[in-house]
Amino acid sequence: MMPKGKNNSSMFTRRGALSVLGAGAAATTAPGVFGYAQAQSSEPIKIGFQVHRTGIGAAYGRWYDRTTTAAVAKINDAGGINGRPIEIVAEDDGTDPKRGAEVIEKFATRHNCDIAFGTLFSHVVYGSSPRAGELKLPYFVVSEGHHVASGALNRYTLQPGITDVKSQVQAMAPYVADNLGKKVTMIFPDFAFGHDHRDFFSAAIEAQGGEVVAKIAIPPTETSFTKYFPKIPASTEVVYHVMVGPAVLTFVKEMGEFFGPSAPQIFGFIDSLEAVDITSPGLQFLEGSYFWEGFPRYAQPNQTEFDKAYRTAVGVDDNGASVSDSADVSTYAHMFGCWETLYIIKAGMEASGYQGPADRAKLIEAVEAMSDMPESHEHPQGLKKFNGKTHQTFGLQYISKVEGGRLNLVHTTSLEDGLYEDEVDYTTKSF
Amino acid sequence: MKREDWRPWALHGGLVATLALLYFVLPPYHAGVLPRVMVLSVYAMGYNILFGYTGLLSLGHAMFFSAGMYGLGLTIQHLDFTPAPAFLVGLIAATLLAAIVGALALRTVGVAFMIVTLMFAQSGFLAALYFGEYTRGDEGFAIQQADRVLWGVDLSNETNRFFAALILFAITLFTIAFVVRSAFGRALVAIRENEARAEMLGYNVTRLKLQAMILSGLIAGAGGAAYALLFGYAGATFASVQYSILPLLWVLLGGAGTTIGPFVGALFMFYLIDFSSEFTDAYLLVAGLALVLLTLFARAGIVGELRRRVWGWLP
Repeated sequence: MMPKGKNNSSMFTRRGALSVLGAGAAATTAPGVFGYAQAQSSEPIKIGFQVHRTGIGAAYGRWYDRTTTAAVAKINDAGGINGRPIEIVAEDDGTDPKRGAEVIEKFATRHNCDIAFGTLFSHVVYGSSPRAGELKLPYFVVSEGHHVASGALNRYTLQPGITDVKSQVQAMAPYVADNLGKKVTMIFPDFAFGHDHRDFFSAAIEAQGGEVVAKIAIPPTETSFTKYFPKIPASTEVVYHVMVGPAVLTFVKEMGEFFGPSAPQIFGFIDSLEAVDITSPGLQFLEGSYFWEGFPRYAQPNQTEFDKAYRTAVGVDDNGASVSDSADVSTYAHMFGCWETLYIIKAGMEASGYQGPADRAKLIEAVEAMSDMPESHEHPQGLKKFNGKTHQTFGLQYISKVEGGRLNLVHTTSLEDGLYEDEVDYTTKSF
Repeated sequence: MKREDWRPWALHGGLVATLALLYFVLPPYHAGVLPRVMVLSVYAMGYNILFGYTGLLSLGHAMFFSAGMYGLGLTIQHLDFTPAPAFLVGLIAATLLAAIVGALALRTVGVAFMIVTLMFAQSGFLAALYFGEYTRGDEGFAIQQADRVLWGVDLSNETNRFFAALILFAITLFTIAFVVRSAFGRALVAIRENEARAEMLGYNVTRLKLQAMILSGLIAGAGGAAYALLFGYAGATFASVQYSILPLLWVLLGGAGTTIGPFVGALFMFYLIDFSSEFTDAYLLVAGLALVLLTLFARAGIVGELRRRVWGWLP
């Protein structure tokens, strides 16, 4: 067996060959090799923004873009980072893991970005992270996947601005068991995202004395769901659903038709309905049901000054839609992660005295050293605790109830509800 | 030796030598792009065996690409294989799958063959999702840098990755160049041109088509295994229908039935998307428009048109 952990380098390198061929001539065509010299103090800090402009993640990408633009404007207006403005270099990854990896390469070797940031969909993170690690490009994802904390990635990949699905799901179990019921039927898409919910929630509800009485996996190509509803056991007290994609409207409509007025309690993840108006035709059945929200879409009576300022800066009204188009509903439960991650990058660069790509390792160490992040204008979603070993943040989760066609907050979890044992220590891995 | 005999070999040798040289003179970004294009070209060259030379249009080659990818990835991930045996498993998986699918799908012809291969590939895609416990489904999994050291060579290193891709590309290119000039290759072209006549001349057309399918699947699988090994990721996206369409586009753009057409097509398509995406989100529209224009004005593809209009000797 080949010894693992061995990091052999090549016997000959580009630089060596270039010097043989004539470094002067080559330098003019290889700005990426030589242009990394110490950045000038007035030069902008270039942040490669891997954005889902096309593909299945486009709705998220649109709002991640707006949130990022708003946060960068705010940071730059306040003097930038270490006196240098941020320049966002956005590239569409097509919500595709191959293109995602190509975009990371482009950030590192063509645009000469200092870091990369902003990815949501887990398969794009998985496809891109190895290249970020190889190119030694700090990669700050806003994905909510468990990939980072599970130890599957590398030291250059961090998720400091949004909690992961394991933490979110685990934090829901106490409320569901205490208020909605202990016998749960789970309906989830039959792919990795759905399996995460199935596995994490099953364990969490059992820890609360409840049980999952049925696990109904729905193939991703399904367009009609009526044949699945009879599989819901009569003993079910709570239906837990986490369907995603365009079929979710059909799913909810058909579930309403199946149950009629005698439905069990219904609990879902808002991922299903991000960027979708809760009052859309066919969604009336959701009235009285409960949702996890990463951040309450509708401005609540106890709205904080931080949420108010953040909402205004991004251009979101009190109903969670664009101030310029009430039909353009935001992905409010996730996009705050871009805002908060950018402020964490700023704090990390300032703490490490970041000057240029040579300081990337220092930047990562500075972020790894972070821990408590109080609720503030930088962290409007709520207080957080970053775990430098697992590169994952933990924070508050929100549960809302659909009442009168809007989502009203009924419960806020504690940060401790979402904590779990470390599964990796990235700080022991070399740069 | 006749003039026609050495020029194709000079072309192929020259292309490989030029690529090797380009690594040292291109800016880093473009030097980093080439390994991926070469690996995807291997996939396209495999596709070209079936489509360009045998005249069989498959819409399911992503299953062979992903069989190679998962054959390597899963054995590294779950069985702790080292890259060499894992790569071999990838090749075997793709070859076996091609033999089985070929034996069944080749009972059909024309549009039915396209649909049957598409359905098989869709089954493969759904199987990758269904066995998510092992494959991590749509999310996929990263292959750690420590698991990508082949015979002491770290394939996550930029230089090593480039030359590993180049070696695979060169082996595939020369193999295909040899095969298509052999009696077997000429028989495939005979099938493409007139299957009934080839059969009447005494060729076992069914067997030849199955052999072409197996060779095509093997090479596509090599591309998939190499992608996972060199870029550290395996996932179900690569088994989706989109990745069955892509080699068809690359081959059409570059020139079906030409040895270097798949490479030219993959390279052209990469830069078309990479360049146009800097100006518009509708970059796929630009790619589509380019394809329409090529179909209208260069129906044989870039290399195919060069062969038709300028250099008739192009292989």
